[in-house]
Amino acid sequence: MVGYIIRRVLWIIPVLLVVSLITFVLMKSTPGGPWDREKELPIQVQANLDKQYGLDDPLPVQYIRWLVGWPTADGFQRGLILGDLGPSYRYRDRSVNDIVGDGIGPTMQLGAMAFLLAVVVGIPLGVIGALRQNKIPDYIATFISVLGITTPSFVAATLLVVVFSIGLGWFPTGGWKGPEYWVLPTLALGLAPIAAVARYTRASMLEVTRKDYVRTAHSKGLRERSVVVVHMIRNALIPVVTILGPLLAALVTGSFIIELLFSVPGIGRFYVSGIGQRDYGLIMAMTMLYAGAVAIMNMVVDVLYAYIDPRIRYS
Amino acid sequence: MATRSTTIEGPIPERKSSGLWKDAFGRLVKNRLAIVGGLIVLLFAFVAVFGPFIAPFDYKAQDLVAVAANGNRPLPPLTDGHILGTDRLGRDLLSRMMDGAQISMTVALVVQVVVILIGIPVGALAGWFGGRMDNVLMRITDVVYAFPDLLFIIILSVAFRETWFGRALDGLFLVFVAIGIVSWITMARLVRGQLLSLKETEFVEAARAIGVRDSRIVARHLLPNAIGPVIVAITLGIPGAILAEATLAFLGIGAIPPRASWGTLIEAGNKSVRSDPHLAIFPALAVALALLSFTFLGDGLRDALDPKLKGKQ
Repeated sequence: MVGYIIRRVLWIIPVLLVVSLITFVLMKSTPGGPWDREKELPIQVQANLDKQYGLDDPLPVQYIRWLVGWPTADGFQRGLILGDLGPSYRYRDRSVNDIVGDGIGPTMQLGAMAFLLAVVVGIPLGVIGALRQNKIPDYIATFISVLGITTPSFVAATLLVVVFSIGLGWFPTGGWKGPEYWVLPTLALGLAPIAAVARYTRASMLEVTRKDYVRTAHSKGLRERSVVVVHMIRNALIPVVTILGPLLAALVTGSFIIELLFSVPGIGRFYVSGIGQRDYGLIMAMTMLYAGAVAIMNMVVDVLYAYIDPRIRYS
Repeated sequence: MATRSTTIEGPIPERKSSGLWKDAFGRLVKNRLAIVGGLIVLLFAFVAVFGPFIAPFDYKAQDLVAVAANGNRPLPPLTDGHILGTDRLGRDLLSRMMDGAQISMTVALVVQVVVILIGIPVGALAGWFGGRMDNVLMRITDVVYAFPDLLFIIILSVAFRETWFGRALDGLFLVFVAIGIVSWITMARLVRGQLLSLKETEFVEAARAIGVRDSRIVARHLLPNAIGPVIVAITLGIPGAILAEATLAFLGIGAIPPRASWGTLIEAGNKSVRSDPHLAIFPALAVALALLSFTFLGDGLRDALDPKLKGKQ
């Protein structure tokens, strides 16, 4: 078990290295540089900027420097793996670290709330659907999950705004100043995860219903309630845990669209504007940040999975 | 030899396989949701092919006079023959959505062709030969899975949108490539898994025992048996591709203006959602309806082709 965890943690390193290499190569192979403006900068200015940001060095040197760091006149400039995400080519007065530091709070709050919503609503929905299979509660639960899976977050966001802020005037259309501002973004972001969790829970519950130990529990005369809670749900949730990691990852990486739509002051908005402005420094750093978060969450879930299900043996 | 083998082989597998398809079709027809989904898919496909001929207006024709007469506001639905209204430049929303349907359906189709052309051969090779081939595939899979799909597509699109192939086909070529690159892996893994389990079956052993060549076993015995899950994966992969394209377009990557994907229309509509909600609502409904129909059809196909799986997921 310990060996498995260590190997699983170490496996992140090559994966992230490859991701960083791909990101770097792709960004460097783009025609047009970060200094392209509507009014072209003088060649000399561009050259000076290149020199200042070290963009005139050979690519392998640039890659190592971006990743690890480099010595400068006044000490050592740290790279990505040492915690410095590097410069933004657009926001001269702010580093990517500043941007991330300012925006990480709302982004994480939004992701966490949507995740919680998915778990708190999705699991009961799946359980009810399975227990009342092919009856009206099941159809309602299935309908909600199909709706969630087939509605992209930005479509859901659009419809939610039209109905609940413009039509009914219950919630503001954007901003992040208090709980009433959190409702619509959380709903828009959480709808698809609710559906995914409900679908998995339902399928897993149906699987468990047919198991011998459930029949045994029934025949021992246990109350329905304790059979469901103690024997079925506990076992049914094991496979559901596997999708929670990718789900959290999807919530973090997918939230930039929601942030953009609801003017949430998170990091995702900068990512989107970075794409438009060709701020390669920002895009590279944010991609690595997202990829790192995804890799770590997947790892945590894998380890958790091995821990909660002792039947699984890793070699 | 040749004549003998055709007389013996010909009719027997044919009758068996027509049985499978007939059964599956019978089950599919009974599934009302799948049929409704299939009909709507056909409708979208029809609009995608014949859109330019049946659209009420040219999707890029502007009617600035009408907009000016309306106080520089987009025309609301059901005015001057604009069934769904117009945007701020007086362009007919329905016609633009029909052009968007063409983009969505093309992406859906081309991406699946890429997935089939790369995913099936690679998965078949890895599943059949195993060993190094299999190892390489699985390592590639690890990396692609670690890279969040959407981020990879975005990075790829941003990196190459200024190049000649970034501009090819109104920018759509790059969208095909970017979505295809992340999508074929799933198909390769599916085919590999199918082949790994089919390889151990008795009919393959029998075929080997009488000396059938490897390539023939794969082509005649393994792939036909794996075709059900492959068809289901393709059908369910289509909404994924449509969603990815719409998301890219929503972020301003993809189809180059004046062409407008549904994602572009939603993004533009969102900017004026307070004053003219129709500009955002109708494209949003189109995306949701398309995804819903393909999902229903895919689910129905899965249940029809493999009744054992019914109720799972």
